[in-house]
Amino acid sequence: MLKVENLKVNYGGIEAVKGISFEVPEKSIVTLIGANGAGKSTTLRSIVSLVKPTSGTITFMGENITGKDTNEIVGKGITLVPEGRKIFPDLTVLENLKIGAYRRKDDLTDDINWVYDLFPRLKERYWQPGGTLSGGEQQMLAVGRALMSRPKLIMMDEPSLGLAPLIVQDIFSIIREINRQGVTILLIEQNANMALRTADIGYVMETGRITMTGSGRQLLEDEQVRSAYLGK
Amino acid sequence: MDFLSKNLPYLLAGISVGGQYALIAIGYTMVYGILRLINFAHGDIFTVAGLILIYATTILPLYISIPLTLVATVALGYIVERAAYKPLRNAPRMSVMISAIGVSYLLQNLALYITGGLAQTYPAIPFISNTISVGPATTKVVTVITPILTIILVIALMQLIGHTKIGMAMRAVANDFETSRLMGIKVDTVISMTFIIGSFLAAVGSILYFANYPSVIPTSGAMPGLKAFVAAVFGGIGSIPGAVIGAFIIGISENIIKGLGWTTFSDAFTFALLIIVLLVKPTGLFGEKATDKV
Repeated sequence: MLKVENLKVNYGGIEAVKGISFEVPEKSIVTLIGANGAGKSTTLRSIVSLVKPTSGTITFMGENITGKDTNEIVGKGITLVPEGRKIFPDLTVLENLKIGAYRRKDDLTDDINWVYDLFPRLKERYWQPGGTLSGGEQQMLAVGRALMSRPKLIMMDEPSLGLAPLIVQDIFSIIREINRQGVTILLIEQNANMALRTADIGYVMETGRITMTGSGRQLLEDEQVRSAYLGK
Repeated sequence: MDFLSKNLPYLLAGISVGGQYALIAIGYTMVYGILRLINFAHGDIFTVAGLILIYATTILPLYISIPLTLVATVALGYIVERAAYKPLRNAPRMSVMISAIGVSYLLQNLALYITGGLAQTYPAIPFISNTISVGPATTKVVTVITPILTIILVIALMQLIGHTKIGMAMRAVANDFETSRLMGIKVDTVISMTFIIGSFLAAVGSILYFANYPSVIPTSGAMPGLKAFVAAVFGGIGSIPGAVIGAFIIGISENIIKGLGWTTFSDAFTFALLIIVLLVKPTGLFGEKATDKV
């Protein structure tokens, strides 16, 4: 579904991504794990063109989308749940959901109910400004908002960051649920353990390069991965 | 009663001037809310709107000149943003501010060149230039119309921002450009919309304001522009209700001061207020908290 080839991206004057290639098959959960500064976020940001790649190609459903407008890429069915959630603090919960569907012109009622079913807390708090939610609720809102665009591919940047372990469990079970409903997921995480347990395919990124690939299970059992990322 | 009949004309004038300041102040505050930019050219756009009407009425009837002025002013605001601010979207804020100052001088000097530095007679607009009596006071129709029209426009604007899709996008963009882009919002279009609304209101304000004056010179907009800016800061820059309330308070205070016979100090009052607000409560009456996002 998504194919990244020889992607190179400069960010803040350094080459943050040094020619990586990977694929996200349709209806799968793929994860990129790696330490802080490995270039994971930059990779996701360049897929939606928030940063422009210096070279390489990004193909989505057979179409070259490298360097196209963010607006256009979102329209093709890719969405990014950004690091730090980035919900709109001054918009209400309901408005945050509606703005996720900004490009759509059809009726949103079914989708809003779908998101409310996934996250009942959002329904209770629909009238509150987004900024008044707790961290976990904000993450749910950020995921719900992303779903509102009816994406084919959701990319999530560190969804577990700064959340209590129980909430992290919740978030990951929601990720699996969304995937069961047919949405492809590309996940980046520092919480390698959770990510690899959830993912079908994992890639390990180190200082701008992909150094290892395998199924989630293979990587979980790999000695090097265990010592470097799982603390075992 | 005696006090009221003596001061009513000043109070009416104050409310009216307050409305005119409000229409300009909204442009300052909206642009600041989205771009964090003090658009120094806004007062000059207000002046240019005055001049456009003057030149338009020399060849066209008023019922065409007025809409033409509104459209041309909106176009000017749009062009200024596209030409002078948009290319600097990723530049430091200070660069955009300097660009705004540049545009301000450019417009002033362009006006100076075109008018030849001579005061241009503002056309009498029938009906709104007529006089009417309100209780014991005699005043122009425009004085009564201004606050009413201002309030109608402000309510319409609040509805637009609070309850429409573009309004929601404007609030989102004011929060966060990048995430707005991720939602598929065309950020540049939303920013243009802000300038269009601001310029439109400034054009309306300009017609109401200059209707009270015999002529327009290239710097005519400087003072009302500055005072509207003070009103926006006083109300809490970024807040539309704040700007409107600030503008009415300043307009009324200035005229009450004039009514008390201290005309010389009325301008000083406004700018002293600016200093006090900046010292005591820099976020103004309804401003956002000064905590910057990390």
